[in-house]
Amino acid sequence: MGRFHHHADGTVHRHDHDHLEDDHLEGHHLEGHHIEEHARDVGDHTGYLETGSTRVEVLEALLSENDRIAAANRRDLAEAGVRTVNVMSSPGAGKTTLLRSTLIALEDRLRIGVLEGDIATSIDADLLEGHAAAVALVNTSAGFGGECHLDAVMVRSGLTRLPLRALDLLVIENVGNLVCPAEFDVGEDARAMIFSVTEGEEKPLKYPVMFRVADVVVVNKVDLLPYLDFDLDRFLANLRDVNPDATVIQVSAKTGEGVAVWFDWLCGLVPSAPAART
Amino acid sequence: MHELALSQAIAASVERHADGRHVTRVRVRIGHLRQVVPESLRFSWTLLTEGSALDGTELLVEHVPAVVACNDCAEMSTLDLPILVCHACHGHDVTLVSGDEFLIDSIDVMEVA
Ligand SMILES: Nc1nc2c(ncn2[C@@H]2O[C@H](COP(=O)(O)OP(=O)(O)OP(=O)(O)O)[C@@H](O)[C@H]2O)c(=O)[nH]1
Ligand SMILES: [Mg+2]
Ligand SMILES: [Zn+2]
Ligand SMILES: [Zn+2]
Repeated sequence: MGRFHHHADGTVHRHDHDHLEDDHLEGHHLEGHHIEEHARDVGDHTGYLETGSTRVEVLEALLSENDRIAAANRRDLAEAGVRTVNVMSSPGAGKTTLLRSTLIALEDRLRIGVLEGDIATSIDADLLEGHAAAVALVNTSAGFGGECHLDAVMVRSGLTRLPLRALDLLVIENVGNLVCPAEFDVGEDARAMIFSVTEGEEKPLKYPVMFRVADVVVVNKVDLLPYLDFDLDRFLANLRDVNPDATVIQVSAKTGEGVAVWFDWLCGLVPSAPAART
Repeated sequence: MHELALSQAIAASVERHADGRHVTRVRVRIGHLRQVVPESLRFSWTLLTEGSALDGTELLVEHVPAVVACNDCAEMSTLDLPILVCHACHGHDVTLVSGDEFLIDSIDVMEVA
């Protein structure tokens, strides 16, 4: 089902790739070509007429507005000399527990600020208060449809409440959710994903976007491995299939096993971080 | 929930591009490797736009298959699972040709007389 495009210069040409939803299979080999062709059209394209309506090419990333504000956040953070890590996971994987021990362990090495994304409560922020150099809470429930993740606008509002110049590192605890946070850039330098061994080996295949965006995957709750059927090797193989480049760190935020490797990874984000004291 | 946030982003962008004109149709292109269920996206779109200026605007979701080109044997594979692998030689040295799209393609607007 081709479409005729009328151009400003009077030429008409046919687009044979309007395969929406049902008939996408036969047309998939055209994809790369499709994008280029449309991109080229954009300059002098005035749209084609169809019963009183005009087609307007948009060709804009779906989250372009979010991305624009994320870029502003990134610029402000860089200007203030702050490195930022976005910590994501499903609910209860151990973000707050790990973050709390991180703040205590790195107190003398880094000035760490925390931006807590929480749907409606201040429970996690309260747990961290007193251990971080500064904590800002962002409740996400105010936004319609935005309950389940932090977006760049929410983070921007949190940044205004943090003494950025007095920080080396900003840790953003995202809302517990394996889907949305992965799509929303908030201006971070690195993305950490906390995965709990109670979640099942197939998660990387079910939530590939999250596992693909992660720079580091922290495998938490390894203290529970003796009590679970969890097949760690299969999980790691699934993770490699989806994201061959991610750093993997196995820890127990509860017993402290492996956490030093995570601390070092975080310090590695900050060029000025002093080495671990022995 | 995810789809509702995406609908909001689409609506904001569409209203900007419509520039006050009535919008009859919106086309988005979403790659297979994105976690978007077209059905739920259309459902939340209807929910979100109800009673707004975009009430009744049709949302067409083009699902773009995930296709990789193999850098070893040059074969093209269409992926079902999000594993970037060549189905012919099982090599992992592949280039993603399509499937990552997250794009508002175009809108149809009524010309004001
Ligand atoms: N056994 C064990 N339990 C842990 C470990 N880390 C965290 N937990 C427990 O897991 C539960 C959830 O931990 P949180 O730190 O609140 O998880 P979270 O990711 O911050 O949760 P949300 O912010 O609600 O998404 C708590 O009961 C923790 O005590 C661990 O390494 N081992
Ligand atoms: Mg938490
Ligand atoms: Zn969300
Ligand atoms: Zn191959």
